[in-house]
Amino acid sequence: MHSAIEAVGLVKTYPKDVRALTGVSFAVAEGSIFGLLGPNGAGKSTTVKILTTLTAADDGTALVAGLDVLRQPQAVRRSIGVVGQKVGVDPEATGRENLALQGDLYVMPRRDIRARADELLRRFGLDDVADRLVRTYSGGMQRKLDVAAGLMHRPRVLFLDEPTTGLDPEARAEMWAQIEQLAAEEGVTVLLTTHYLDEADRLAARLAIVDRGSVVVEGTPDELKSELRGDALVVELDGRLDGAVAALAQVPGVNETSLDGRVLRARADEGARAVPLVLAALDQAGVPVVSATVARPSLDDVYLRHAGRTFGAADREEVAA
Amino acid sequence: MTVAVRQTLALTKRQLLALWRQPWFVAITLVQPIIWLLLFGALFKHVVDLPGFHGGSYLEFLTPGIVVMSALFSAGWHGMGLINAMERGILDRFIVSPVARGSVIAAGLVQSIVVIVIQSLVIIGLAFAAGARFSAASVLLQIGLAALLGGAVTALSDGLALVTRQEETLIGAVQFVVLPATFLSSGMMAAALLPGWIQDVARFNPVNWAVTASRAAGDDWTLVATRAGFLTALLVACAAIATRAFRVYQRAV
Repeated sequence: MHSAIEAVGLVKTYPKDVRALTGVSFAVAEGSIFGLLGPNGAGKSTTVKILTTLTAADDGTALVAGLDVLRQPQAVRRSIGVVGQKVGVDPEATGRENLALQGDLYVMPRRDIRARADELLRRFGLDDVADRLVRTYSGGMQRKLDVAAGLMHRPRVLFLDEPTTGLDPEARAEMWAQIEQLAAEEGVTVLLTTHYLDEADRLAARLAIVDRGSVVVEGTPDELKSELRGDALVVELDGRLDGAVAALAQVPGVNETSLDGRVLRARADEGARAVPLVLAALDQAGVPVVSATVARPSLDDVYLRHAGRTFGAADREEVAA
Repeated sequence: MTVAVRQTLALTKRQLLALWRQPWFVAITLVQPIIWLLLFGALFKHVVDLPGFHGGSYLEFLTPGIVVMSALFSAGWHGMGLINAMERGILDRFIVSPVARGSVIAAGLVQSIVVIVIQSLVIIGLAFAAGARFSAASVLLQIGLAALLGGAVTALSDGLALVTRQEETLIGAVQFVVLPATFLSSGMMAAALLPGWIQDVARFNPVNWAVTASRAAGDDWTLVATRAGFLTALLVACAAIATRAFRVYQRAV
């Protein structure tokens, strides 16, 4: 199987010594959806910028559609479609004009531009608003047009940088269905970055978890989850936290205990059996409990295990920094 | 039709359509020059009686200066559109497409020059209504030279936008450069009446090249040809600089 994307040891440092990437490597099989999952500031967007020739890496190599992004940037550009984090459509033009411009920039035959624009507008349910200015569109509609523009010239590899950020749940679900469908119909390889665990879980055949500028783990969502033995135990505490971690350490079959704010997390070989024991131990230690839940392993747990902190904590750290 | 021409035309069409849909943009940039034209025209009406002016009306003397000043302002602000495109992610979309950087700059130049031509026509028309008279050659020269100078400043503005990526710097640069550059020329006052040091500075001031050549229609075609040549060279150099500025932008994103 050919790789549509091959990144090896990508390093990027911004001025003032901001280390965005410290060595990112991964490969994406042709025709698949690959997810780069990580909290804000992990280096996902920088990776996409390098792979799409927007900016150059300080070190490392990358092949996209078999072409070197540094040595053959023009050939790479013709082979890729890019949907950036910011909506890259022109609000002062109509939907159809935006797609036509895209077609012209990629030097598509004129008749093909018209047919392809119609096809994409229909597919994304934008045919009714095709001739209205984009600034009158809702956020979800602008995003759809953005993806349509990225697909206009039938790229072999499509980059979607956080395509559902800022969308409401309904628009997000619709976008997911559309991404799945187009990946299947157009046979396009998709590199998706997201900081939503459920999005990566739903869409990506394989994914790499990125944290602090490097890939911490890679695999299929199921592989990653099954690596974690046991269930996730989440106990919400009420104010008094002292002794909570120590109390759980004494419960047999419970391990990997950590405290994140007022939330106590642990891994249990058998969740259902562990709950009463955990509650009893906390009660004995004098730690009041608000709620306790048991869940099958999620990507959040995978992230916690490999990055050493929860996803939410990583996002908060990034905001504070 | 070559690939680059088609891409440049497509980008130009986008810019002109946007302009067509927001004609008030041209109107707003015209307010200031028109106030200057009418106010200065009235205030300094009798300045032409001083030795150093060769008679005629001050309004006729002033108009090429105001045409050039208005071109400077609207060209100076041009980079704002590019910053807007950066913030919206539109510029990044162009960069990751197979479009040459030069095409993006060229499309902006065409749009900016269209704006300058419209503005110049309005200003000259107003001056005409107020009693000023110009030969056809003078009108064409005023517009053409303002377009050349404005083109160069447009490219510089775009280049600065790419390098600094912030509106504040651009606003500062325009405020800092446009008015002094206008006053360090014979735009408002006959060259002979300028202080010696301003005369010295003015010789190297592209604003002065445009203004003096605009007034030389029919008298001194050598001056017209050389100044037009200087301005063309300046435009080409500035466009090249702006195209190079993409590298700085791409290193920073």
